[in-house]
Amino acid sequence: MEVKEQLRNVTVPADHSIGQRMPAKPFNKAVIVTRLTLFTLAVLTIYAFYSFDYKELDFMDALLGTFANLKTIFLEPHLKHFSFGHALYQVMVTLGLAFLTTLFGAIIAVLFGLLAAENLSSKKVSIVIKSMVAFIRAVPTVLWVLIFAVAAGLGSTAAVIGMTFHSIGYLIKAYSESFEELDRGVIEALQASGANWWQIVFQAVIPSSITYMISWTFLRFEINFAVAVAMGAAAGAGGIGFDMFMASSFYLDMREIGAITYFILAVAIILEVFAARIKRKLKTA
Amino acid sequence: MQADIFAKKKRNTLAFLLLLGAVTILAMIITEYNALKGFASIPKAIQWGMANFYPTAESLEKLPVILEKLQETLLVSIAATSAAAVFALLFSIFGSNTTRVNAFFGAITRGIATVFRNIDVAAWALILLFSFGQSALTGYFALFFGSFGFLTRAFTETIDEVSGGSVEALKATGAGYFSIIFQSVIPSSIPQMISWILFMIETNIRSATLIGLLTGSGIGFTFNLYYKSLAYDTASLVVVVIIAAILMIEYASNYVRKVIL
Repeated sequence: MEVKEQLRNVTVPADHSIGQRMPAKPFNKAVIVTRLTLFTLAVLTIYAFYSFDYKELDFMDALLGTFANLKTIFLEPHLKHFSFGHALYQVMVTLGLAFLTTLFGAIIAVLFGLLAAENLSSKKVSIVIKSMVAFIRAVPTVLWVLIFAVAAGLGSTAAVIGMTFHSIGYLIKAYSESFEELDRGVIEALQASGANWWQIVFQAVIPSSITYMISWTFLRFEINFAVAVAMGAAAGAGGIGFDMFMASSFYLDMREIGAITYFILAVAIILEVFAARIKRKLKTA
Repeated sequence: MQADIFAKKKRNTLAFLLLLGAVTILAMIITEYNALKGFASIPKAIQWGMANFYPTAESLEKLPVILEKLQETLLVSIAATSAAAVFALLFSIFGSNTTRVNAFFGAITRGIATVFRNIDVAAWALILLFSFGQSALTGYFALFFGSFGFLTRAFTETIDEVSGGSVEALKATGAGYFSIIFQSVIPSSIPQMISWILFMIETNIRSATLIGLLTGSGIGFTFNLYYKSLAYDTASLVVVVIIAAILMIEYASNYVRKVIL
């Protein structure tokens, strides 16, 4: 669910593309660390398989069973416990949750993003906010939601507040990085002409990074849709995720899971196509 | 006309804000989100957290059990990511524009990856629960499928970016397909691929918590158990342990990334 988020978090260094030279020494630090990392991962993977609690599961049986189930799920979907209209409405609820989280996250993140950008605030403030973001991101979303559920009760209210945390953390990082790209000279020129901090922000900083902000925010909306599905299933936040949880754990109806999966898949692909179009439009504009 | 441009800009902004407001109200109505209750719950949650949500001496006794579960979750995440990376490497080589065997095959591999990427890990967990039950393998395969879809896309982009020129050069010298892959494509993209794998492991630990909640295994289940039985002090200890584990892994992967990139 937070997978997509990571894809955009890695800034790919451009200097790797052309003209990468052979390492001067065949065994420099990078090579050693690379091999060590791969070796560690391999060892841990083997150990993991050895240590799993299989609970006397017949692996082949389960695997064949899964293939049979996948066939049922994807080739014979049906809706039994609710209608097509209800499913569509629940998808809208999930989209609504994603929208509210993204909106609240964006509003709060603009404020903190400005403070986290080193060229607009001080280094100290920036570090404090960045470590807060690291902390927020370390707590899985579902735990945020469940912690707030104690105070607000299970349901959409706790879900929106809990899910907003990760949106804030993610968007602060994205916004502040695009704010930091602003030329120092522009800020200095505005300062010299007597503009105050707010004027600099609204006349120079935000207009120059608005296209980035829109595309990052929409990407987060896409992620939040997946998160909202998961929260519906795990934390009773409502929406299509909750129906999926019911179909799986309560009615044990595989065909219904298939139908719901198709709904989710359709929305996810529509959002992805839409995001690609927004990105292209912003690039050309 | 200058004045017109500003007037138009203002109108556009206003229209955009009105639309945003309308969608917000609509979203609040259909999700039954109560804004007042929402904002009121933040101070309430903080108050409650201060009063109940911290580990006590009693809960520390449960630490060995919790750490054991954490180890299971960590291992599941790492194993799922590593195995997914191997498959993703294969698929990305066949799916990338520079190294694919032919266009038809490339489109198929990319299509498979798109489907896998867009079905959420939570959905995978619920699907797999039928045949694998409450074993660690449910979580393992859910993470595996999710990571596979994502890593295939990431690796494809890496290969496209890194090896365009060198592949052409090697083709010109008459190198065979396999020597191009093993001598040029993989060595030049391995640092970035490792970086992606490390990110995926971090993400998967967070997702593993969620999957654990759904499928009854690992650290997520442990949290749920204490949470549902209102043992909030122990539940908070689980949260602390998860935070510590994720920050540690983030630190380690940042170090590796800094050295190899």
